[in-house]
Amino acid sequence: MSGHAEHKETQGGYEPKIMAFVCNWCTYAGADLAGTSRMEYRPNVRIIKLPCTGRIDPLFIIKAFENGADGVLVSGCHPGDCHYTTGNYHARRRWIGFKNLMEFVGIDMRRLHFSWVSASEAIKWVDLINNVTDEIKKLGPFMDYKGLKEAAPAE
Amino acid sequence: MPRIGVFVCQCGNNIAATVDTKKVASDMGKLLGVVYTCDYKFMCSSPGQEMLKQAIKENNLDGVIVSACSPHMHEKTFRKASEAAGLNPYQCEITNIREQCSWVHHDKTRAVGTLKSNDLTRMTIERLKRNKPLQKIKIPVKKRALVIGGGIAGIQAALDIAEGGREVILVEKEPSIGGNMARLSETFPTMDCSQCILTPKMVEVELNENIKLYTYSEIEKVDGYIGNFTVQIRRKSKYVDEERCTGCGECIEKCPFKVESQFELGLAKRKVIYTPFPQSVPNVPVIDAPNCTKIQKDKCGVCAVVCGPKCIDFKMEDKVVTEEVGAIVVATGYTLMPNERFGAYGYGKIKDVISGMQFERLASSSGPTGGEIRRPSDGKVPESVVFIQCVGSRDEKCGVSYCSKICCMYTAKHTMLYSHKVHGGQSYVFYMDIRSGGKRYEEFVRRAIEHDNAMYLRGRVSRVYEKDGKVIVQGADTLSGSQVEIEADMVVLATAIVSREGADTVAQKLGIGYDKYKFYNEYHPKLKPVETVTAGIYLAGTCMGPMDIPESVAQGSAAAAKVMALFSADEMAREPITALVNKVTCNACWDCLTACPYSAIEREAVKNRQGEVVRWLAKVNDGLCQGCGVCVAACRSKSIDLKGYTDEQVFAAINAF
Ligand SMILES: Cc1cc2nc3c(=O)[nH]c(=O)nc-3n(C[C@H](O)[C@H](O)[C@H](O)COP(=O)(O)OP(=O)(O)OC[C@H]3O[C@@H](n4cnc5c(N)ncnc54)[C@H](O)[C@@H]3O)c2cc1C
Ligand code: SF4
Ligand code: SF4
Ligand code: FES
Repeated sequence: MSGHAEHKETQGGYEPKIMAFVCNWCTYAGADLAGTSRMEYRPNVRIIKLPCTGRIDPLFIIKAFENGADGVLVSGCHPGDCHYTTGNYHARRRWIGFKNLMEFVGIDMRRLHFSWVSASEAIKWVDLINNVTDEIKKLGPFMDYKGLKEAAPAE
Repeated sequence: MPRIGVFVCQCGNNIAATVDTKKVASDMGKLLGVVYTCDYKFMCSSPGQEMLKQAIKENNLDGVIVSACSPHMHEKTFRKASEAAGLNPYQCEITNIREQCSWVHHDKTRAVGTLKSNDLTRMTIERLKRNKPLQKIKIPVKKRALVIGGGIAGIQAALDIAEGGREVILVEKEPSIGGNMARLSETFPTMDCSQCILTPKMVEVELNENIKLYTYSEIEKVDGYIGNFTVQIRRKSKYVDEERCTGCGECIEKCPFKVESQFELGLAKRKVIYTPFPQSVPNVPVIDAPNCTKIQKDKCGVCAVVCGPKCIDFKMEDKVVTEEVGAIVVATGYTLMPNERFGAYGYGKIKDVISGMQFERLASSSGPTGGEIRRPSDGKVPESVVFIQCVGSRDEKCGVSYCSKICCMYTAKHTMLYSHKVHGGQSYVFYMDIRSGGKRYEEFVRRAIEHDNAMYLRGRVSRVYEKDGKVIVQGADTLSGSQVEIEADMVVLATAIVSREGADTVAQKLGIGYDKYKFYNEYHPKLKPVETVTAGIYLAGTCMGPMDIPESVAQGSAAAAKVMALFSADEMAREPITALVNKVTCNACWDCLTACPYSAIEREAVKNRQGEVVRWLAKVNDGLCQGCGVCVAACRSKSIDLKGYTDEQVFAAINAF
């Protein structure tokens, strides 16, 4: 299956694609709240919902880049607020170890964002998406990994 | 080839204003495996749901996507409708194109919203193609409950469950139930005598056929999960046969040795064979083995001689019994901050500086002084008493930053009791501020001040010392801005309410959380106040933090209601989102086991025909697994996966990005 949406060339120029991995209980609910409150934010983000940030396998992130993401966001409950008590601590610990590996495999850490957003922090979510989008926009498209996917033999 | 149907909702104009739902439907129709698409005004309405069911049947769909509002809104609705049409409910997935698309991207040309809705729906379709039908997990429920702790909270919980017709095992570590309330004299705000309202309840526990009471017992080990716990209980040796003892008290009468009474907090002595207090339930004495000369040195044994029914057995040993229960209520209560911490107040050094609980014993008609207020040093009736509030509480230096919540109230009560019992006596209260936020509580404190002549001084005490048979209290009165010095006959400290020693060990046995003060954590402080993170284990009373009797009782009843709800069905249905181990590739590294927040992963031995263990495997206990997926990301050999959120499903969604 190939990702279809090419980068839109609108009047604003290049529009980055951002993939967000979020937990079901805090960030997903926070993003829903931004909707029910009719806030507005940049449309570049595509959310994948998981039960908890503890479920997030670092490979998801690499795969996202491979499939054309220019930036990746990981977001869940604040420390201490995880629905499963400690899932986000695991995620954080794993993340620290993984950071070095990410750098080693050539992922620009500025393209990777980690943030706690609670179910009530709709404004934080909105600001986060807008800021991340702007930042990635400045960095331009992330070509290194996109190439990989196209070069790989078809699944 | 899958047969997927995609239903795009317009949500009136809520989605349709910024998303071209027709285009989304027709674009999705071009994807491999999608055999039916449509858009509709209100998918969640009855006609919408009917249409969904119809389409499933007519087109023989094996999976459906509803692109509509958040799954938190209507996932259940559409899964139920799908199930009614004969589809496995977990073959129905929701794409959130309202809260996370149409409502947050206001582009009136609909280009932005349509593109994003397409992307999101496509990702869900690819994920759905990897879905497996899942079955709700059915767990049989054992309809018996365990209550740990026989204070007022535990008593209330046990009685409510028993009256609801279910069996209860009540485990109390002391020789009698009753807890701290058994020590109190009269109780705020109504001033009814504590024993008078508590004793009938204790007797009810004893007489209720649904309650099995294990006193002088403690929890040794807890295994299992909601609906199916196995609990080992250590029944400490009482050296008295409970079945045969008639409670005549002859043995206590004749025992020649006395030691300090824990129940009386050092204000009186008791015999070596004893019941903690006269109204004890059960009314069966126990022998305090370390102090018994018969047990220690084989001398005396007079109790066995005088006992009519011959129920004393110096060779009796502890017994461990096993009970199977479906739910557990923890009501292990509180204790008071130990004396040593208050050197500045002379506590532990000056005899006439006592704690609030000791004052309760002095005021109690069944206490060591028969209810007369007499000071410990010389038995004199004190003409003036200084009460000091917030001793240890709200003071991080003493280790406790919280407010003990009930001391303002019981200190007011103490001044009243004192003024009723000692005419002409003068009481002084040093306080930081008065917290009396309960029903009729403020009126109660006012009464102490206005009718019972208590002198309230706002300020801290700096020093307490002894001089010529008096206790001198020096402190500040911040309202008048002056230093005060009071010559008192007795000083009463409202010491902080703290968790019991060993509260953490009990929590670890149960697998429940506790805070830095070792008070137990409720699942949610507002919405799940008596639940714990471990399903099937509930909390009641002061093991969670300071509270008064009405609150403790309310929580006992609340926990009982939760237990009864759990027991209302023979089986419990649970979402089937749990982890599953691949038995072929698991290499027993136990990374998952250490990561799991719920101890849901067990070690399973694989045996050969000779019964020898050939290898080990991780195994998920579906009763405990909450489906967080922490183990999945922890497993380095990719041998564990989460149903409903498998790697395959997630990667499919990423690939369709
Ligand atoms: C000085 C003073 C005066 C007070 N006056 C009033 C008043 O006038 N009005 C009012 O409403 N409140 C008053 N209170 C508060 C009242 O005492 C409590 O709210 C109430 O007793 C709490 O009951 P509980 O069941 O939660 O705990 P507890 O009474 O502490 O009972 C807990 C029980 O669990 C048992 N236990 C502990 N650990 C284990 C274990 N591991 N295994 C088995 N059993 C165990 C204990 O032995 C005990 O029997 C006063 C408190 C103090 C300190
Ligand atoms: S982490 Fe993986 S390999 Fe290790 S024990 Fe668990 S399932 Fe088996
Ligand atoms: S999914 Fe979570 S709760 Fe279930 S076994 Fe894995 S880590 Fe434990
Ligand atoms: S549930 Fe949100 S981070 Fe664990």
